[in-house]
Amino acid sequence: MAEQMKVIYERPRSWADKVTHYCPGCTHGVAHRLIAELVDEMGLLDKTIGVWPVGCSVLGYEYFAFDSVEAAHGRAPAMATGIKVTNPDNFVFAYQGDGDIASIGMAEIVHAAARGWPITVIFINNGNYGMTGGQMAPTTLLGQKTTTSPLGRTSQTNGFPIRVAEMLAQLDGPAYIARVSLDSPANIRKAKSAMRKAFNAQVRGIGFSLVECLSTCPTNWKLTPVESMERVRKEVMPYFPLGEFKVALGVL
Amino acid sequence: MSDKVLMKGAEALAEGAIQAGCRYYFGYPITPQNETPEYMSRRLPEVGGRFVQAESEVASINMVYGAACAGVRVMTSSSSPGISLMQEGISYISGSNVPCVIMNAMRGGPGLGNIAPAQADYFQAVKGGGNGDYRRIVLAPSSIQEGVDLLVDAFELADKYRMVVMIIVDGLIAQMMEPVEFKTRIDVSTLKTPEWATVGRHGRDHANVITSLTLDAAGLEQWNLKLQAKYAQVERTESRIEEYQMDDADYAIIAYGTMARIAKTTVRIARAKGVKLGLLRPITVWPFPAKQIQTYVGKLKGTLTVELAYRQLFEDVRLALCDKMPLGWYGRGGGVVPGPQEILAAFEEQFGKGR
Repeated sequence: MAEQMKVIYERPRSWADKVTHYCPGCTHGVAHRLIAELVDEMGLLDKTIGVWPVGCSVLGYEYFAFDSVEAAHGRAPAMATGIKVTNPDNFVFAYQGDGDIASIGMAEIVHAAARGWPITVIFINNGNYGMTGGQMAPTTLLGQKTTTSPLGRTSQTNGFPIRVAEMLAQLDGPAYIARVSLDSPANIRKAKSAMRKAFNAQVRGIGFSLVECLSTCPTNWKLTPVESMERVRKEVMPYFPLGEFKVALGVL
Repeated sequence: MSDKVLMKGAEALAEGAIQAGCRYYFGYPITPQNETPEYMSRRLPEVGGRFVQAESEVASINMVYGAACAGVRVMTSSSSPGISLMQEGISYISGSNVPCVIMNAMRGGPGLGNIAPAQADYFQAVKGGGNGDYRRIVLAPSSIQEGVDLLVDAFELADKYRMVVMIIVDGLIAQMMEPVEFKTRIDVSTLKTPEWATVGRHGRDHANVITSLTLDAAGLEQWNLKLQAKYAQVERTESRIEEYQMDDADYAIIAYGTMARIAKTTVRIARAKGVKLGLLRPITVWPFPAKQIQTYVGKLKGTLTVELAYRQLFEDVRLALCDKMPLGWYGRGGGVVPGPQEILAAFEEQFGKGR
């Protein structure tokens, strides 16, 4: 009956009325959705500036109703710093992939974290360069085949995968650092909770925050979406454990 | 009473930027301009601004990019190798149509080179450096006072055209001291946040997006044509030149910045010897004042281009004058600065005694 109906799920106001370009089974859409929900729930739409990376999410700014800028490859934390410093009351987040953050942009992310200024980074770790066709990333697992490690990544040739969350958590600057996974409804709920803490760390002016999201890339992994989720649980999580690595006083 | 103060170039240019309304500065140490970030670090907080020492020039320029997107007056400064690292950001800023000011205290190159005065970054400044079809307005003061005055214009031009404006000086102007007067003080409270700025919607009915990405080729061509139309307007209206002792000149030296300053003495020495020598000093090296120089076709017996580089400025002189008159050239590289007599000797070698 009509009078008993209520809205339990709808498009967030922060989401532009657009269809994304992401591949089926890719978790970028999930991460985007969580950002939009949190921006809505925390009342941040009018004061948010998103900083988008080079990579699969290069067009991220198309999908949101808040202001956005498009950064050069790896430079999103520097650009976010420049935006935040001009309007400290605004909410500024950078969205980065693994090649962006852990390879070409390593200096920028480390120093943004070390400065500790309240900006937020959502880091999508899918273990390869998705947009350029699945090349090896700093987060590619040992043994994982990519287009530039066709026989599988070896430590002798390619070194070891970088655990960004743990590394940045060693610094004094960050207020909140966590790794979550987007592989299942339960983990997505936890991911949203971690992102809320990260957003709060900025809104409350406590300091730098970062949430690393274990993500899928079915197209380049050459797996179905379901198999990709399984791979995250069986192969990725053992090397990239989930958890909170830094929670400063006042972050909630 | 004069309001002149004696200041080192790199510090005076920093104060000049602040007087021009700059409130945000991002930079990384490099000689010979370290006094600029040092000055900014103590002075900007006094005027409600912010100084950030970045982790690299790559980060500096991208912080500038971020602040520029917020529509504030922002600058960075560096010297040659650091400016090389900024080329990526300069291209993005240009491709995104946002304004900023960059000061380059040029030093000897290529590579690490040295820290002595040079003009070898001319091509990089006026022709490109980063990827894509873009231009910057490039201002080339020849004194500290002129640099301070031009900084006001630099920020105005950057805002007017939404372009990168570069001030090129060198180790000599950055490191020497001269009396300087700050004639213009911009009241930043009068500067309005541009409608395109990404400062949060705050009630605006649409989102502002700043990007240099256009995947559609036809769309990107249209965007390029808009940029080209803007650059054409800048070329028509913003080129500047100083014409010194040119009224009756038979010959002209063409030089800018430090080299022009020295060449003025050469002109005076030559005049004392009865040689009707003048100086054409581009103040904007992009847009290059080709039209002003071309007015001397038929009046001059020749020009001598003098620069602290190897035939870089000379290339623009040749494009402007082609074979319309004899074109001489003299330059020193690697941070060696020729004196006025050396320039006069080069002139006499190429044009005889000039009588």
